[in-house]
Amino acid sequence: MNPKLIAWKYASPPYFYPLAGKMIPWFVALAVLLGIAGLWVGFFVAPTDAQQGEGYRIIFIHVGASWMSMFLYLVMAFWAGIGLSFNTKLSSMMASAVAPTGAMFAFLSLWTGALWGKPMWGAWWVWDARLTSELILLFLYLGFIALQAAIDEPRRADKAGAIIALVGVVNVPIIYFSVKWWNTLHQGASVSLTQAPSMAKTMLLGMLLMALCFWMYSIAMALVRVRAIMLERERHSDWVANLEEVRS
Amino acid sequence: MNWHSPAEFFAMGGYAFYVWGSFGVTALALLIEPLLLRKRRSEVLKNLKRELSAKERSQ
Amino acid sequence: MQTLGALGVLAAVVRRDLLLALRRKSEVLTTLFFFVIVVSLFPLGIGPELGLLRKIAPGVLWVAALLATMLSLNRLFAADYADGTLEQMVLSPTPLGLMVAGKILAHWLVSGLPLVLIAPLLGLQFDLAPRALEVLVVSLLLGTPLLSMIGAIGAALTLGVRGGGVLVSLLTLPLYIPALIFGAGAVEADVAGLGAGGHLSLLAALFALAAFFAPWATTAALRIALE
Repeated sequence: MNPKLIAWKYASPPYFYPLAGKMIPWFVALAVLLGIAGLWVGFFVAPTDAQQGEGYRIIFIHVGASWMSMFLYLVMAFWAGIGLSFNTKLSSMMASAVAPTGAMFAFLSLWTGALWGKPMWGAWWVWDARLTSELILLFLYLGFIALQAAIDEPRRADKAGAIIALVGVVNVPIIYFSVKWWNTLHQGASVSLTQAPSMAKTMLLGMLLMALCFWMYSIAMALVRVRAIMLERERHSDWVANLEEVRS
Repeated sequence: MNWHSPAEFFAMGGYAFYVWGSFGVTALALLIEPLLLRKRRSEVLKNLKRELSAKERSQ
Repeated sequence: MQTLGALGVLAAVVRRDLLLALRRKSEVLTTLFFFVIVVSLFPLGIGPELGLLRKIAPGVLWVAALLATMLSLNRLFAADYADGTLEQMVLSPTPLGLMVAGKILAHWLVSGLPLVLIAPLLGLQFDLAPRALEVLVVSLLLGTPLLSMIGAIGAALTLGVRGGGVLVSLLTLPLYIPALIFGAGAVEADVAGLGAGGHLSLLAALFALAAFFAPWATTAALRIALE
């Protein structure tokens, strides 16, 4: 069969549902393995930092969480845009599936950022440009989720969410730039949580492993969530009625 | 090896509160999210079964 | 009946919306009074020390303008949505973007421009210097239309949705942040003797960007809301 047709087949919920189900355990396994490796490197291989002592080890979570929160926003906006342009339901469902995990990582980035900042800079929140932008990113996530939750009709929710996600994506660089500008003007030689200690290779490795772990975890969660969304939204269709887990 | 005893490991050079506060909340989040999703899935399936059996009975 | 050119359509829409707003003057004035009251709350909350007030004035005035604009946003489409006029607009052969631009312009004339005009008086209450007041007016002149344009997107997305008012705030306030930073920053830069040029140029750039994208995004959102 024409490969393009095969790919197109999986864009429809009845075919994607079982495929996603088969993929989930693999991504969970990858996440667990990468997590163990990352934690091992982070705690037992990476040395103590000269300036920040053991406190710096928070970056193994903080950096990965920040990257994921930003990456997942792009993924969300991408799928939402596809869903809007091609009128494909599943793409929009994917966007909705990714959002809560992205918001969670944004929160973790802020939480770990605060816990890192307190011992290093003496305050729980220092209005550092990156953390402030991360806070605004969390607001953008929450806005998307709230908008979709408030609209009852699913296709309208999909499309409205897509507009706000795309508007958000265009604004993220603008917001980041303006916050950076604001921060440097007000603090001069700014206190920056991103002035990470000069990185030993093992520290970079640990960060990378944890970031990959979070990525695999995010994919797994998105697949689980999109399956739940499919079941909820397609509940009246035949393919759902014929599912093994529903018939049993 | 960085740590000479479990006590040293847990103390994290005095930063225990911050380091474990971070890793702990992260672990919690990464456990709660899948659990919430599992609950969502089982609720959906429960409702679906109920709806389908009601439909079959009425036919 | 003569067919209107683009400018004609714009003028007609603006004229209609202005007329409707003038008939409901109270709605218009409440935005203005909200602005004034909110600005007065800050000295009451922080203390009358003029040195401090001078410092916080640009931020306070800008945040108050933001909030006042937020509150007035539901006036943009809600009435027309409720009585079916909006649907007629969407269905008509006249380009929707043009009509949306007209509505936003009218909204700004009624809700934004009064803020710009009264801001210098409020700035005096905060003991801002004359040149800073000028910069304040210019920044709000550039900024309030920008806020109306961005806000229109939020207003269109949440048409007829429950929890509309608060939801619009959650959606729109993060998008307002760059305008706030450059607008308030312009006044602060002037006070610090650094010159407001950079900030105001960036604000103007945001204005241009919004003028280009916002009507497009708003019309897309309106069509989605009315499907």
